[in-house]
Amino acid sequence: MQKIYARMGDGSATELSESELRRDLEEGTRDAAERAKIPPLSQGELAYLYDMYSSPARFVGVDRGNEVIFSYDNGSAKSREDLTEIPLHRAQEAQVYEKFLGADMVDFGHIDYSFKPVKAIVTFEQQALEYTLLVTTAPMFYGSQPNLGTYTQPDGPCPNPMELLPQGKITEARMAQEEMIEHAVKDMVYVGSAMYESGADGINFDTAGAAGDADFLATLRAVEILKKKYPQMGIEVGMAGEFVLGMHSELTYDGVRLAGLYPHKQLELVEKAGATVFGPAINTNTDKSGAWNTARAVTFVKPCTENSHIPVHANMGMGLSGIPVADCPPVDAVSRASKAMVEITRLDGL
Amino acid sequence: MGMEVAHVSASGMGGIRTAGDLVARMEMSRGMKLKEAKEYVANKLKVSVLDLSDPIAMGELRQDLNIGTMAPFVGGAKGIEAKLRIAELLDIEINCVNRFKDKLKW
Repeated sequence: MQKIYARMGDGSATELSESELRRDLEEGTRDAAERAKIPPLSQGELAYLYDMYSSPARFVGVDRGNEVIFSYDNGSAKSREDLTEIPLHRAQEAQVYEKFLGADMVDFGHIDYSFKPVKAIVTFEQQALEYTLLVTTAPMFYGSQPNLGTYTQPDGPCPNPMELLPQGKITEARMAQEEMIEHAVKDMVYVGSAMYESGADGINFDTAGAAGDADFLATLRAVEILKKKYPQMGIEVGMAGEFVLGMHSELTYDGVRLAGLYPHKQLELVEKAGATVFGPAINTNTDKSGAWNTARAVTFVKPCTENSHIPVHANMGMGLSGIPVADCPPVDAVSRASKAMVEITRLDGL
Repeated sequence: MGMEVAHVSASGMGGIRTAGDLVARMEMSRGMKLKEAKEYVANKLKVSVLDLSDPIAMGELRQDLNIGTMAPFVGGAKGIEAKLRIAELLDIEINCVNRFKDKLKW
């Protein structure tokens, strides 16, 4: 039986038989459907994925007319001089994204990419943003992460819930997270306001929920405040993962318990808070094939696009939504995941 | 960065090489979904929706409209100048353009 060239979730090459590929696609969609209690992909959609993943083509793309919008996170610090040894100023990197990489929306942010450290240097960020806005044309977000982890002692003001929980101090851990939320909301509104006042088209709350339900709640509250303060502000909320971790476990927003929410339920709250764009993030499993991961990711995202009233941009960076966990994801893997996400879910952007 | 090239080649509109930035503005400023945003921009530009992702058709049109291109001609609109024209063309508010006008007391 013919072997099919394939990739694992870490990007390494492998081979699958035809039956193994069919099995991976079916198991991937079933895993997502069972976890989130959503419909699995149809037989037609699985056949579409099978044809694409069994094709020997190195590169695939969407049909003409199906192209989508691309927004980015931390787009102005991706080259990072210390990493790639390309000394680019953030303004130049924004121009590279706009002119060479075809970005439809550009993201500007600080290398630390968290609201708390930016607060102390916000005037420098405003200055850099104001200059960059003069020399770029595409819409520009100021991006940063809620990152509640930065509010724990010894660097932050609150006791560390990750130290309290193993000691059985559940109540204290919850109180610490509730205090962290208050600090984080203030910082996000402060920085978000400053960057909008300097001309940003919007604010990108990236990796929301990374520290669990408290992190997600702080984001939703900050979005709500900023949208009331600046009704014209564009706001993107990109999630940290497919599932909101219940690090506190009793937190709610608009009466909905946050712990355990999957993307289609996260979307409903992000919409209620007033965001303009929602970015679901589906984890990539490195022990499974690319086909398994893509079938699973597409299954999670499809109900988001079917039920949303705002644009949905799936997070498809390294290690997310079918993209391998690798510094240089192979183009065969990226293009297949990209095409599948766009043409099955009919979402608004990536 | 290499991943961005693969993604955009596979399924991206193309940013200012085409009309991707204009469609993005409608998603961001009006919360339009992709289909509605493409139709809105195509109507404003008086082109077909398919033309919006064509770098040749859009490159020439962007040059004619003077709304910013990948390689602007001498004297052509760049950066904030292009955005000022885009705000008028799409009939939208652009935050940095409004602030720029305020500074100039336009």
